[in-house]
Amino acid sequence: MSLQRWWERAESLPGRAAGGRLVVHGGEWLQVATDAAAAGAQLLSLWVTPTVDGAGMAHVALLIDGAVLLLEQMVAAGERYRGLQQLFPAAARMQRAAADLCGIRCDAPDQRPWLRHTAWSAVEAPLACPPATRPASGAAIDDYAFVRVAGDGVHEIAVGPVHAGIIEPGHFRFSVVGEKVLRLEQRLGYLHKGVELRFTELEPCDAHRLAARICGDSTVAYSWAYCQAVEAIAGVQVPLRAVWLRGVCLELERIQNHVGDLGALGNDAGFAFGLAQLARLKEELLRATEVAFGQRYLMDVVVPGGVSVDPASAALAALVIEIGRIAVRVRELRRIYDDHSGVRDRFAGAGVVLPELARQLGLTGLAGRASLQAADLRVDAPWAPYHVLGPVVAVRRDGDVAARVAVRFDEVDESCRLVAAFLSDLPDGATSCTVTLPAAGRHGLGLIEGWRGPVLVALQTTAAGRIQRCHVHDPSWQNWPVLEHAIVGNIVPDFPLINKSFNLSYSGHDL
Amino acid sequence: MTPLAAATQLLEVVSATLAAPAFLGWANQCRAWLQNRRAPSVMQPYFVLRKLLHKDVVLADNASSLFRAAPYVVFGTMVVAAAIIPSMGTGLPMSAAADGIALVGLLATARMFLSLAAMDVGTAFGTLGARREMMVGFLAEPALLMILFVAALLSGTTSLPLIAEGLSSHALGLYPSLAFTAVAFVLVLLAENARIPIDNPSTHLELTMIHEAMLLEYSGRHLALMEWAAALKLFNYACIGFALFVPWGAGNEASGPLGLLLAVPLLAIKLVVAGAALALIETLSAKLRVFRAPEFLATAFLLAVLGLLVHLLLGA
Repeated sequence: MSLQRWWERAESLPGRAAGGRLVVHGGEWLQVATDAAAAGAQLLSLWVTPTVDGAGMAHVALLIDGAVLLLEQMVAAGERYRGLQQLFPAAARMQRAAADLCGIRCDAPDQRPWLRHTAWSAVEAPLACPPATRPASGAAIDDYAFVRVAGDGVHEIAVGPVHAGIIEPGHFRFSVVGEKVLRLEQRLGYLHKGVELRFTELEPCDAHRLAARICGDSTVAYSWAYCQAVEAIAGVQVPLRAVWLRGVCLELERIQNHVGDLGALGNDAGFAFGLAQLARLKEELLRATEVAFGQRYLMDVVVPGGVSVDPASAALAALVIEIGRIAVRVRELRRIYDDHSGVRDRFAGAGVVLPELARQLGLTGLAGRASLQAADLRVDAPWAPYHVLGPVVAVRRDGDVAARVAVRFDEVDESCRLVAAFLSDLPDGATSCTVTLPAAGRHGLGLIEGWRGPVLVALQTTAAGRIQRCHVHDPSWQNWPVLEHAIVGNIVPDFPLINKSFNLSYSGHDL
Repeated sequence: MTPLAAATQLLEVVSATLAAPAFLGWANQCRAWLQNRRAPSVMQPYFVLRKLLHKDVVLADNASSLFRAAPYVVFGTMVVAAAIIPSMGTGLPMSAAADGIALVGLLATARMFLSLAAMDVGTAFGTLGARREMMVGFLAEPALLMILFVAALLSGTTSLPLIAEGLSSHALGLYPSLAFTAVAFVLVLLAENARIPIDNPSTHLELTMIHEAMLLEYSGRHLALMEWAAALKLFNYACIGFALFVPWGAGNEASGPLGLLLAVPLLAIKLVVAGAALALIETLSAKLRVFRAPEFLATAFLLAVLGLLVHLLLGA
């Protein structure tokens, strides 16, 4: 096995039993990536850390059979590293974003900006030179080269970034014939707010608050992933009770989002009854969560070293009862969705991503599981408490809106079971411990299966124990490009429904 | 023109124009109740109209005079349509000027102006909406004409008041042919008034809109008139339905002023029932894919043709 020789050279990652960090030179970068792709690796993230004077370090995180391979390569000033878009199509946008933020480019043919609009110019790189020394950008009109589709009767529909409803900003350029979509091209980055630069200005033990605010609907996943990275560097063992409570929070977040999205999906199909019912259930869940954890959306509950609240046992007992009730009601609503011919007609066959395409493009998380990609970190690379109590992974093969809806319904059921199971044997003891970072440059990795998919945080500290670089990665990076494929051949008015069935993040993606 | 006829005419036009937003508000209220939501007031559409009338108009730089004229034309057409539909009394002087077929033409005029205005500014959504509206329109119009033909054949005239008069004098006997056309009419009403399952009046998703997409560029008093016209159109359609399928209770020369007075509460009751039924249909269905709309309206046309055949073959 050709991958074995690379594993032997890799140094271990702190806090991870399996996996390693491998620094390579020259042609080895592409060789390792090729071997990994041949072994069925999944691209977790690709990013660049600028060092000094235009040089930098390119990183790629790959998941191979439950083990994380962190591949790194020095890129000298003015040089270009080899792009991995041929092996992992999702890498294309990550490479473009890295070029925007760090000024270090790869040799991929597509050199258009991705996160950069007009806030800074093409020669600037916010992460490479701090804002104080950065020249003021002459904001010009954003002239992005969309791919044109020519032909008889082909025309373009430009949607966003300002929409008719109160939704996140993103631009979608449709090339259509009549109502049929020939091509969709996305333009994101409107929510770029310099999160990764901000991280370097914060104390490592405070920055979990920033991590929790990157993507509001995945606050538990992000803050847990960040804390995992910090705790790996500090080498602390989080008390069991805290770990179990974190598991409860992550599953509660999954239920909240799935229930809310299932209602919204009904509404987008013109079935407002579904929205009214499921929105009410979500609200009841949020209130029960608030009673137990003091937080509706569990923001800042996960902190380095543990959790910030220790719910009373009475509140947790009430939460279990409420969860059980919600699970029953959601099952009833599922029956209504399944039996309603109009809803079924809208869901079935819309936005199909076939398993083969999903595999090629690296579709991940919830959307991936609806296209037969049975990947779930809670099972594939289980961390505490999932090594004790794992979910049954919900998988569908059709890859359409109906499949994504079915996976969500299955996961609500499964997460309700997990919450009850976690709480039924909740360990006693402390809920937090002190975390002190060593004054040495270290690498820590956090990897959590959020409700959308794997959330990754790669943390690097300076010799003084401060944050050198913190890269956060949302699964939306892998899934946004697949949405461009899912809509092809569908009709324009089905796009909102298909988009909602993925429900990808803007904020977590644009950073 | 007798004083009673003049009074009937005036009462119908004024009350239709003023009461139309309330009918829409009632349908919305029922819809909210059926979805277990707290409902907005019946008066909500009036509040919206007042708000819009107080706002300034924002016009696109390249908007032509057609864009500015369209709201008045569309609203005016709907008021004229209200004048020839016998909602309370059948003795309508205006109805001599336009029969049922002209009514279909009037509605088509409004549609044409609305669609042209939507395309006038040249945004993608306006054009998208206009295109879909024309698709729905060209399928719904033949169905509506066919429905009117059945009623016209039954009563031997194309004048709406005379049809209503003729049908109501036929005691309480039910025509099988009218049963088919009644179902067809409900389908046409849903499609023509941008209701679920063809269009979703409460959507915020610009890519799925039909009627709302055409109004995206409108603001202030223009938008108010367009919204008002849409409410009036729904009211008019309901009254056409009453005239054809439940014509009993409308005042006429024979029943005198008392008949006209009695017709007012009767119409209110009919509207209350119709609004609730509309809300029920909308709550129970999901929105169809756009390309299912032709099937939906073809069903309406087919049912109307069946009604016609039933009448011609069975004479019923």
